[in-house]
Amino acid sequence: MLITEILNALQFSMTLFLLSIGLTIVFGLMKIVNLAHGTLYMLGAYLGLSIWTFSNSFWLAFFFAPLATALIGAILYSCLFKFIQRVDPMRQVLLTFGLIYVGLDSVRLLWGSMSHSISAPELLSNSIQIVGETYPTYRLFVIFVGLFVLVVLYFLLEKSKMGAMVRASVDDHETTQMLGINTNKILFYSFSLGCGLAGLAGVTVAPIVGVEAGMDMEVLVLTLIVVVVGGPGSLKGALVGSLLIGFIDTFGKVFFPELALITMYAAMALILIFKPDGMYSKL
Amino acid sequence: MGALVSMKYKIFLMIIVFILFTSSLSKAENIKIGLLLPYSGAVAIIGEEITNALELAFEEVNFEVSGRKLEIIRADSEYKPNIALKKARELISSEKVDILAGTVSSSVALAVRDLVVATKTPFIVANAGANQITREKCSKYIIRVSFSNHQINAPMGPWLSNYGIKTAFLLSANYAAGKEQMAAFKNTFEESGGKIVGEEYTPHRKTKDFGPYLGRIKNSGADAVYVFYAGGEAINFIKQAHSFGLSDVMKITGAGWTTSPLFIPAQKESALGFIGILNYVPSIETDVNKNFKRMYQEKYGRIASEFAVQGYDVGKMIIEAVQSLSGNTSDKNLLAEKLSKVSILGPRGRLDIDPKTNNVIQNMYVFEVVNSDEGPILKVLDKIEAVKDPGTNCLL
Repeated sequence: MLITEILNALQFSMTLFLLSIGLTIVFGLMKIVNLAHGTLYMLGAYLGLSIWTFSNSFWLAFFFAPLATALIGAILYSCLFKFIQRVDPMRQVLLTFGLIYVGLDSVRLLWGSMSHSISAPELLSNSIQIVGETYPTYRLFVIFVGLFVLVVLYFLLEKSKMGAMVRASVDDHETTQMLGINTNKILFYSFSLGCGLAGLAGVTVAPIVGVEAGMDMEVLVLTLIVVVVGGPGSLKGALVGSLLIGFIDTFGKVFFPELALITMYAAMALILIFKPDGMYSKL
Repeated sequence: MGALVSMKYKIFLMIIVFILFTSSLSKAENIKIGLLLPYSGAVAIIGEEITNALELAFEEVNFEVSGRKLEIIRADSEYKPNIALKKARELISSEKVDILAGTVSSSVALAVRDLVVATKTPFIVANAGANQITREKCSKYIIRVSFSNHQINAPMGPWLSNYGIKTAFLLSANYAAGKEQMAAFKNTFEESGGKIVGEEYTPHRKTKDFGPYLGRIKNSGADAVYVFYAGGEAINFIKQAHSFGLSDVMKITGAGWTTSPLFIPAQKESALGFIGILNYVPSIETDVNKNFKRMYQEKYGRIASEFAVQGYDVGKMIIEAVQSLSGNTSDKNLLAEKLSKVSILGPRGRLDIDPKTNNVIQNMYVFEVVNSDEGPILKVLDKIEAVKDPGTNCLL
């Protein structure tokens, strides 16, 4: 019983991590709270759905949907986001909130209002026995994807030159620019990467939670909670926040199911009382 | 120059007069049916199904009954009671609809309830299942052709008990409809000697991952889990229950919407073995149903769902009631009365309106999801005829 719950919590945490990492990078670099982040997650899932439907291959969807989402992110950055960084937050909120509606209606127009689902690949569609408990293999795969992204991002950001530039840009944008680093290029790539990760989250969890219009708003709230709890702009915060919220929510549902709707918010409120800026704020 | 302006002005005036004239003409002639349904948001698909099938029913008579044209006016309820009430008011006072039909949500139906009663507008409920709509809140202006939550689930208690299920775990979304459905089943299941070993209500439309609940249900040792979900939640629940191997240790049963033909294409094989109960399944072997199914498939390219059937029956009822009045719908009292007296043979089978409550009397179908050449289908195991809602506290 306990092992199932721990794996469930871990799987949920990893999904949250994939989502919040993109949002927090964009916030750290550009000081933009991208409310349309959930929309990119939804687009990732829908693009995955289309690729899967046409090619009948989950793996093609899994690799190309995040790439396509990153491409959409790149276009969004060049056309819109480039112009609203470090401006009055109200303008950012209006723009990104507007994008939510555009995204929602586009999805409905292109894919209709039916709920869909993607089947897990043959290899991962069964369950395995872990200490006497039946557990779906695909969920283990989701945990693996989250851990993989975590490791790759760690090396990319902490060990590479590009990563050093990104971190410098987060810490002090102006000084980094003065040192002759092309921050625009960094922003462009990081923003696209963040969007791609949202798309990756969408297509990865699609076999579990399905694909439907409106899935964007649900994860947006979750992601914002994680980012607020972890501390906006902090990568470590995104990881710790995801784990905290993932475990609290899952175990809350197991032990206090009547309170399922509010456990997460209560946890957030409690954490913010003691750490008003989040666990690892970079503000 | 001045002449030209006055010329333009005259043409403009003439156009206005013409528009007013034609619109007043159509007002006198058409029978207006206001459809209050969700056309946006997560449940838009249900509004679409009901509207599609209603139009299908009207098309069969070329949108004309006893010399009067049938006109459909759509209003998006947005699934929100306050917005829907505003739209209903517009339909009734500005558009002057003869009949109001629709509402997927029970809260929307209850929100417009007092308005339709006060304005004496016949209101045909095409989906909303809250028991009270045809119980304490019943009215002679409200005719329900869909179902009451009790009506669907109550027959399943004795049925499952006979089937050999002795203990059950209840699982549903935490909102009025979910709780009413569970209560109806619980009641009759316990009366038949069954025992409920646990129940859980998940946050409504906020639950994507049923993992945390599935572990508990599996360990509850129940013979069956009885569930009610719709939309994305139904798809996710069925798929996740399958991946956790729930059907290896217990029977998965419930209100039939959980494996509606709308969701089966996404649930696929994971729905196999589910035993449900509903007022309609596509595999009903009657000519009326086969014909309806074919027409719907031809026009909209998919299998008609139970929601579509309800829309189709609403259309048939309107046609029959207007026919019986020879097209004269000026007396709203009489129109409501005729609507509640119709009896039709629809895709679901025979439908009558219960004179005690104005709720439909209909068959219930117990089905199992089985595999076929075209993928999983709902196979009828049993038909329970002429099921009524008790209609407690309804004074018509």
